[in-house]
Amino acid sequence: MAEPLTELRGTAVPILRDNIDTDTISPGSAPPWRKSATFGERGSATLADDLFANWRYTGEGRLIESFPLNEPRYQGARFLITGANFGCGSSRESAVWMLAAWGIRCVIAPSFAEIFSANCFANGLLPVVLANDLVSELADEASSAGGAFELDLAQRSLRRPSGRDITFHIPEYRRQGLMRGLDDIAQTLNDLAAIQKFVATGRRQFPWIYRRAAW
Amino acid sequence: MSAKTLFDKIWDRHVIKDLGDGFSLIFVDRHMVNDMAGRGFLTLNKRGLPVAHPEFTFAAADHTVATLEARKASAKPDDNPYAVNLRDNSRQHGFRLFDLDDPDFGIIHVISAEQALALPGTTIACGDSHTCTLGALGAIAWGLGQSDIVHILATQTSVQRKPLNMRINVTGRLAPDVSAKDLILALAAELGVAGCVGHAVEFAGDAIRRMSMDERFTICNMAVEMGARFGLISPDDVTFDYLRGRPSAPDADAWDAAVADWRSLATDATAAFDAERTLDASRVEPQVSWGINPGQTIGISATIPSLSGQLTGSALATYETAVDYSGLVPGAPIAGTPIDIVFIGSCNNARLSDLRVAARVVEGRRVASGVRAWVSPGSERVRREAEAEGLDQIFMSAGFGWGHSGCSMCAGAGDQMREIGASGQRIASTTNRNFVGRQGPGTRTHLLSPAMAAAAAIAGRIVDVRSLEAIGG
Repeated sequence: MAEPLTELRGTAVPILRDNIDTDTISPGSAPPWRKSATFGERGSATLADDLFANWRYTGEGRLIESFPLNEPRYQGARFLITGANFGCGSSRESAVWMLAAWGIRCVIAPSFAEIFSANCFANGLLPVVLANDLVSELADEASSAGGAFELDLAQRSLRRPSGRDITFHIPEYRRQGLMRGLDDIAQTLNDLAAIQKFVATGRRQFPWIYRRAAW
Repeated sequence: MSAKTLFDKIWDRHVIKDLGDGFSLIFVDRHMVNDMAGRGFLTLNKRGLPVAHPEFTFAAADHTVATLEARKASAKPDDNPYAVNLRDNSRQHGFRLFDLDDPDFGIIHVISAEQALALPGTTIACGDSHTCTLGALGAIAWGLGQSDIVHILATQTSVQRKPLNMRINVTGRLAPDVSAKDLILALAAELGVAGCVGHAVEFAGDAIRRMSMDERFTICNMAVEMGARFGLISPDDVTFDYLRGRPSAPDADAWDAAVADWRSLATDATAAFDAERTLDASRVEPQVSWGINPGQTIGISATIPSLSGQLTGSALATYETAVDYSGLVPGAPIAGTPIDIVFIGSCNNARLSDLRVAARVVEGRRVASGVRAWVSPGSERVRREAEAEGLDQIFMSAGFGWGHSGCSMCAGAGDQMREIGASGQRIASTTNRNFVGRQGPGTRTHLLSPAMAAAAAIAGRIVDVRSLEAIGG
């Protein structure tokens, strides 16, 4: 269950590359397998440190100062502006947890990988899809002028630092879920009767799928 | 009734509730759980929720299991917290675990098919993006994150938005020594890694019909590498012959009814797709990825693309990152690139037929000096079957390591595999992802077929397997 998201104000960090995969956002190599002392849970400080680890640190663990996430002016950013097909590859939800732990609540890109997008909504992060040229413009604005972006989810609008508003599309089901911080599981548990009926019907109609076998 | 696609027929059968705006609550017939689901169980257990349908839930700790020498000492390794946690949860919640010492243990997508847990017409979900592999049986199979895993554990359903339908028609016939892997890599190169976003992709056409199930799994496995969450193939006699007699296949008395139903699931002749693509299989040569995503792939006779003058913005930045990371020179041929490591394994390319092809290339030859090479079979069953045919001896005589089953060097997890690949080293790999650092920090992955990987091991560099005779070794 995620914290509701209705409005958001903050600066934006641009990382303008296409096809950034979740191995890059949340590297499998060093952190999850090696570092985590507590099984299944990493503290938010560790999660934030591990975000884009291979692009933020040298092999020896030194900060690469030119990488946007390391630049002083982007510290505290709430928006990430990035390239097409963001979050492709592995289904690892830690990619979203790490972005959230670092402070990102809204990602703006020309397109998103589907599993990543679903993981965003499950954690109260908003993926905003905008046209390629517009994304580039926003990235320019974020890096040249800086300043705060403002999100108003009720209005489906994003105010740029220059003051101009952009309207974006978001599925209504997802918008409601984000604004209310809906708990999908609690919702679905209300439909248990329908689920049981589905299984009962299935056992008759497709016994080879729904019979209780001796496995 | 109007003509429908395979995907739509299965989807419509599984909708429990229309949630509006294209979203539905759909029933999950098979929930496959791996050892990365620890946080999901933590959430479930904290909320005091039971697993709603343990009889439809199956698990294997494929990601973190040791696959090489260490495995022998640790068939029940209590020092692997991921496997222990999965075992504890399987006992608490009463679902079937294929434990590390189970003769049917293996990579979860491989054993789901081997055991016939995945069947035509079913919905299958797993917290791993390569779950789309199982769509090859004529099923809706997809990967998801931890939050969605918890939802399925607690309710056996999933909230999903129905995707658009795309069909990829593969016409013609593959040339000798060109494989399903080459075909899907060529498709990824042509359509790009975002080419199928938002779509369920049905692979169709003569070239697909002629394929064995093993080859079809290799194809559907990489649907996600083109951005599709779902890849699938209409079931036919090849599918039914594959399933017959497997442990969880329909009983003899239900078999005919099941097959009749499965036949009816195939996409109707006049069904409309939202998008269609075509590829001529006869034009595909052996493929090798050069960059940092599976779409950055070229034929073995091609050169590293020179695109700096053609690209702008984020696409240019991506290309330059790839060139820089790959350490390759635009305009130079990919053939001849020296390699350090060869890995034959993964849910993409480690079934028995894959190992046979690789063994045929390797037989009577030696792995080039300075190259380290391993085989990790897709399942323990594949391992036993391969050993019964003497494939293990062929590989080991040639200097390959012969390992156990697991995600192994594909996920860069679990055992010493990851440390083998040092920064800057090149790996010829039958896996499905060449992302930055995927096989260890700084390692460079070249995706290719089992035959091409075997040839690379012998030659010590990337070569056209069809020219290996001339090269010797």
